Amino acid sequence: MTASTPGAPTATLSRIIAAGTHQRVLAFASLIILLIGFSIASPNFMQTSNMIAILQATSVNGVLAIAVTLVIITGGIDLSVGTMMTFCAVITGVVLTYAGMPLMLGVIAAVLTGALCGALSGTFVAKMAIPPFIATLGMMLILKGLSLVISGTRPIYFNDTPGFSEISRGSIIGDIIPSVPIPNGVLILFIVAMVTAYILNRTVLGRYCFALGSNEESVRLSGVNTDRWKIAIYALAGAIVGIAGLLIASRLNSAQPALGLGYELEAIAAVVIGGTSLSGGRGSILGSLIGALIMAVLTNGLRVLSVAQEWQTVVTGAIIILAVYADMMRRKKSN
Amino acid sequence: MTFLVEMRGIEKRFPGVHALKAVQFDLQPGEVHALMGENGAGKSTLMKIMSGIYPRDGGEMFVDGQPATPDGPRAAQDLGIGIIHQELSLMNDLTAAQNVLIGREPRRSFGRLDEPALNAKTAEIFASLNLAMDPRTQVGTQTIARQQLIEIAKALSYNPRVLIMDEPTAALNDAEINELFKVIAKLKADGVGIVYISHRMDEIKRIADRVTILRDGAYIDTVDAADTPLSKIIQLMVGREVTQNAPDIPDTTRNDVALEVQNLSHGKDVRNVSFSVRKGEILGFAGLMGAGRTEVARIIFGADPKDSGAIFVHGQQVDIRTPNAAVQAGIGYLSEDRKHFGLAVDMTVRANIAMAHLGEFTNRLGVLDEGAMNDTALAYIDQLGIRTPSDMQDVRLLSGGNQQKVVIAKWLLRDCDVLIFDEPTRGIDVGAKSEIYALLEDLAAQGCAIIVISSELPEVMRLSHRIAVMCEGRLTGILPGGAATTQEQIMELATQRDTASVGTEDVI
Repeated sequence: MTASTPGAPTATLSRIIAAGTHQRVLAFASLIILLIGFSIASPNFMQTSNMIAILQATSVNGVLAIAVTLVIITGGIDLSVGTMMTFCAVITGVVLTYAGMPLMLGVIAAVLTGALCGALSGTFVAKMAIPPFIATLGMMLILKGLSLVISGTRPIYFNDTPGFSEISRGSIIGDIIPSVPIPNGVLILFIVAMVTAYILNRTVLGRYCFALGSNEESVRLSGVNTDRWKIAIYALAGAIVGIAGLLIASRLNSAQPALGLGYELEAIAAVVIGGTSLSGGRGSILGSLIGALIMAVLTNGLRVLSVAQEWQTVVTGAIIILAVYADMMRRKKSN
Repeated sequence: MTFLVEMRGIEKRFPGVHALKAVQFDLQPGEVHALMGENGAGKSTLMKIMSGIYPRDGGEMFVDGQPATPDGPRAAQDLGIGIIHQELSLMNDLTAAQNVLIGREPRRSFGRLDEPALNAKTAEIFASLNLAMDPRTQVGTQTIARQQLIEIAKALSYNPRVLIMDEPTAALNDAEINELFKVIAKLKADGVGIVYISHRMDEIKRIADRVTILRDGAYIDTVDAADTPLSKIIQLMVGREVTQNAPDIPDTTRNDVALEVQNLSHGKDVRNVSFSVRKGEILGFAGLMGAGRTEVARIIFGADPKDSGAIFVHGQQVDIRTPNAAVQAGIGYLSEDRKHFGLAVDMTVRANIAMAHLGEFTNRLGVLDEGAMNDTALAYIDQLGIRTPSDMQDVRLLSGGNQQKVVIAKWLLRDCDVLIFDEPTRGIDVGAKSEIYALLEDLAAQGCAIIVISSELPEVMRLSHRIAVMCEGRLTGILPGGAATTQEQIMELATQRDTASVGTEDVI
């Protein structure tokens, strides 16, 4: 009641820094440096078609990263997003191809399936107190198995639903402005990012994401029904994974039941590179988006430079360790 | 008459502990009812039952004469019962306003937050507390004292009719305490009933109307604060006449200096701290929460880096960057959280004692010599009086005091002769405390240099040969131990917040 009042500008500044903007700035700078570096190294890199290819490659991983970001900010982790994405795609295949229902129902089915799976993971974590790592590891295997069972281990093609591939590969923007043929998949990624960022920063659900990750016991002692909110957050993440399921199925024009494993790790990597703290309480959608872009640029750039695929994987791994190390050093300094 | 809250015959058991035995408590509107008792007497447990955090195992509770069983914090809030917890329970990544109104955020449609309303509402509450703070301040960047004030604002934001304050002044300075007492007076006038838990006797006299005393989980008595002398209250608390037996202070001034620290600094936590300890001496460290005492210990032990300063052990300057290096230099650190840092509680007494020194007990192929470990463990069990059926007993089955002794054995085995004890008796029952005290005195008599960090002033005064006092990272003074120093003198230094540091260089 006596100590000095912090000046408003300094308070704002320290808040911004504390909110992890630093890491995001760092990530963004790395992205720019990568773009400049690759375009100097290869004239083919900066061509519009290649830029669009990078964005298209980012779309699925980016949407998954956005979903995982929500869970990680609560202090949890979701290992099931890869196979959940596939499971949603398979269910869409069942609805559209096996049952022959209209396109819109397939879209709803994917999102709903994801939300239900997420709610189930959330229930394991909240109500049964299973650590998120284990709960979602179980879900990862359950969903992988179910995808194979339901599809009879065969891909489900969407040849009977001609509009389906347009979800990812069509270009509404290109139809209006032919010189900028940005695919719908990329458009969807940015819409999902904006909506989720809004939810995270401007709604009660988002507030409880940060609050849970910061000090769950305190939230509980404040009389908040933490179980319900946690389930809601996992469900929202699941619904977003459903959108990723639509994107990948549309891009491949098929639901590939064997696909999915490994996507969760790439998504988590993007989140981490983007500066979201794995211990919860801090993070941003923009950061994860930049993280996903860095990974896509890296993969693409190395390919343009004809670096062997094996080495691309090595470089990605090294980048993850570097990004987290930079973050740790920064945090150590600020303490 | 109807009480605001009445509790009768409250029972609570935890595994292995009968925490509350038929305890009664009542609260009238507009009174401050102090709840007193030693650590572990059951004060916090009783209040957690009242505020719906723990379920009770027996007994009755009435609110406004109606039976009530709050089954969670929300239910207690609905009954008008608010609590300020002893441990800070804030979300450090969120702003002050986001913390204060957590769970009750002003909303627009579709669950959208009304951030301006949130900040405005919090600003109002801060204003009523005379607290000058931007509601958008991030909590993690604030000092412990200011976080405590946010916590108080949060509790008040529920407009409680019953407010439980569990050691609210532990981290506050005099001016802040005065502000808090003004708020309490205002709440009293509004008819709010306040349960006040504090270890500071002078506060009880200043603000309490009635005092209820608990001891070892049992109800002892309820007395009028105004006409009961403090000595009577203390006697009820400890169950015996307390003679403040100051330690027999040995003359150590001619002993060698075992540890000397010069101008130690680390950020805002530790600022220019200098002191020394001689062989056979017990140096107490007093101060409020967050004063920097643990930080000093961690730097000396190499657990945290230092910005500047020098450390000398037995006259030799040492460069300690890791705990391992500290141990090589003969410095041991017994952290306050034994379970997390000091012991592997699921392993045996023998394994724990040998843990830090396994190299000693292995042959050339790396196979452990259980026989030698057994001999060593038994020797320490004997020397320190560890009460355990055998050295193969799991540590978690020992009492707190005996667990502490196992940690001590671990360090003695490593030939550490500078031992830093951080809150050595936290969570240890009263009987075992005196045993630990005797043990520390014994170790000192054998020539160890001992630093004791304790937040309990009676403990510091009981043990220390000299008392170092810290406030906000600075060493504000070193006082002589024994009867020469009063609690008030220590508190004065512990709340001395001005920037000018008291000269400490000439005190050795």
